Amino acid sequence: MTHSSLDPAAARDARPESFPHAATGALANHQVRANIRHATTSIRRKRAGVVAEVPDWELLRAAGAAIKDETLASLDAVLIELEASIQAAGGTVHWARDAAEANEIVVGLVRAEGAEEVVKVKSLATDEIRLNEALEGAGIRPIETDLAELIVQLAGERPSHLLVPAIHKNRVEIRDLFRERLGRPDLSDDPTELAEAARLHLREAFLRARVAISGANFAAADTGTICVVESEGNGRMCTTLPDVLITVMGIEKAIPRFRDLEVFLQLLPRSSTGERMNPYTSLWTGVCEGDGPHAFHLVLLDAGRTRVLADPAGRPALRCIRCSACINVCPVYRQTGGHAYHSPYAGPIGAILAPQLLGEEGAVASLPFASSLCGACYDVCPVLIDIPSILVHERGKAVARERSGIEGRSLKVLGKAFATRAGYERAQRLGRKLQRPLARDGWIAHFPPGPLGAWGRSRDLPALPAQTFREWWESRDEPA
Amino acid sequence: MIDRVALFVTCLADTLFPNAGKATVTVLERLGIEVVFPPDQTCCGQMHGNSGYPAEATALARRFVDVFGGFDAIVTPSGSCAAQVREHFGDLLGGNDRGVPGRTWELSQFLTGVLGLEDVGSTFEGTVAYHPTCHSLRLLRVGDAPLRLLRAVPGVDLRELPDAEECCGFGGTFAVKNADVSTAMLDEKIAAITASGAENVCACDSSCLMHIGGGLRRRGVPVRPIHLAEILAS
Ligand code: SF4
Repeated sequence: MTHSSLDPAAARDARPESFPHAATGALANHQVRANIRHATTSIRRKRAGVVAEVPDWELLRAAGAAIKDETLASLDAVLIELEASIQAAGGTVHWARDAAEANEIVVGLVRAEGAEEVVKVKSLATDEIRLNEALEGAGIRPIETDLAELIVQLAGERPSHLLVPAIHKNRVEIRDLFRERLGRPDLSDDPTELAEAARLHLREAFLRARVAISGANFAAADTGTICVVESEGNGRMCTTLPDVLITVMGIEKAIPRFRDLEVFLQLLPRSSTGERMNPYTSLWTGVCEGDGPHAFHLVLLDAGRTRVLADPAGRPALRCIRCSACINVCPVYRQTGGHAYHSPYAGPIGAILAPQLLGEEGAVASLPFASSLCGACYDVCPVLIDIPSILVHERGKAVARERSGIEGRSLKVLGKAFATRAGYERAQRLGRKLQRPLARDGWIAHFPPGPLGAWGRSRDLPALPAQTFREWWESRDEPA
Repeated sequence: MIDRVALFVTCLADTLFPNAGKATVTVLERLGIEVVFPPDQTCCGQMHGNSGYPAEATALARRFVDVFGGFDAIVTPSGSCAAQVREHFGDLLGGNDRGVPGRTWELSQFLTGVLGLEDVGSTFEGTVAYHPTCHSLRLLRVGDAPLRLLRAVPGVDLRELPDAEECCGFGGTFAVKNADVSTAMLDEKIAAITASGAENVCACDSSCLMHIGGGLRRRGVPVRPIHLAEILAS
């Protein structure tokens, strides 16, 4: 495909960090693709099984969506209530407009404690703001305690999946990594042995740590209770052992009432890991004397969320409870994995959330086009986010921003031609004429560069037949 | 009982796959239904809508409603175009759709749902794998209507298509904007078709068949893409 500088859409897609370009690189990595195919196939099968068991699943989804919409409609009031509840329970609430402010607040809190390292619970919000880099820049060592996050961190990579950050790695790769980075040349690739090695490494960190950092799955405004859902128990160690606990949370994670957890704690585990009940669900409300951390800080992060909130068509993306069901069923993600999205949010949710949150320039601008609109994501989303419609909405915004390139011009010309019967029939005749040098035996197998050439890299195209349907219909009407 | 329908042949079938249109006429007329072809019809605007050109999509939707507004039933041999009309016209036209979305039917839905038929008097010889296209399956929700029609055709030897509900990778402009990913998806679909052992791959959308068929031909796989209407017209 050629990319003329006159064609902004093509230029966008040709940027090295654009999705089509990064995807081409990812497709070449057959090992990673095999790992991802294997993992997503088994998770989606599990999910389908446990969801089918719940007779009122559709009602639960509707309830989840309704609670989230209610929250988003009065988010200002819900957040103020949350702040008051947390203060009343002995916690402190900080408001961060953007990533820089949030990082500054967290670094300041850790420094005030005089700590040189922190233990972390897996958190997308902190990935989003690149907190680890900010901490390292301030001379503070962040230690990821989720097994998969630890693997990714030791490898110096970025997570490739919301819930299974190391989905792109298999156990031989993990064994080699641990042998090198944990100083354990004796390790085999037995999963139990690998997990045990990580456990020993982390246990020391837990016992040393004075400060822990977590994200939050939910925060109930009426009681000020934070909820973290995890599978390994490491999160619970982080939220209970250290002296100081800092939680970084996107403002859309607030829910009005503690009892709303009833809905989400049913939807989330079945959708995400395919479990009936989540293994470790930690709930805490402020601080409690003689039990757990003596100081609790909640950092409320906007970082683009109020902008998303202002757009009614894009807003439902903020309902997301990060279950990753949409990612596991996505046929595009299945081929490319998460890194091609150049964002902590990959797959269908990433394709609608990242451009809205992280701005429309740069790496994420091509994401709304990274979908065949097959609709599998919408079918599984536990909070009924109509992802295909939001993708189309985001495409419209991208198109409106750009000068029209080849695609834009062709679609506009076609739009005009199709506005009248005469124009449409002229376009049909013109197509037949233009294809003449290309068509052979009723097929086109060699293509000029451009969009047709992109098609022709892996597909032939039937040639336009001598007679259109409408010409046949007219001939049929004529008396024999 | 509906005895007269307007055919929306779709711009793609009109121009590139007239046999799908002709087959639709054959099936409907065989059932004693009068078929009208309003010649002012052009395109439902799906490609514009899905590619981020809502103004153009809206203009085409308005035109569609003008052309078809006077008919009691509109039948089309395309799941994705029927879905565009039924699922998106309401929003695009702000409700000024003259009830057209509710009267527009994809062929298999019309035959099974409106007419209540499964056996439409066809005969066919051959092995067939059915690919449920994404928009017919998840947007239009045709369910097993096409399969029920196929099962009722004497001589159709249905073969199971592994992972049938996976997208073939077409997705309109996706196929060229993300050509490499689209191709990887197509490769999986073609592997599944090959594994099914069928000689024909059947679907309710000419667009997906164009993609699958173009891929089969490029790879020299001797499987024939065939529209559901063409089997039913046999
Ligand atoms: S968009 Fe829906 S399915 Fe995807 S991660 Fe969010 S809640 Fe889960």
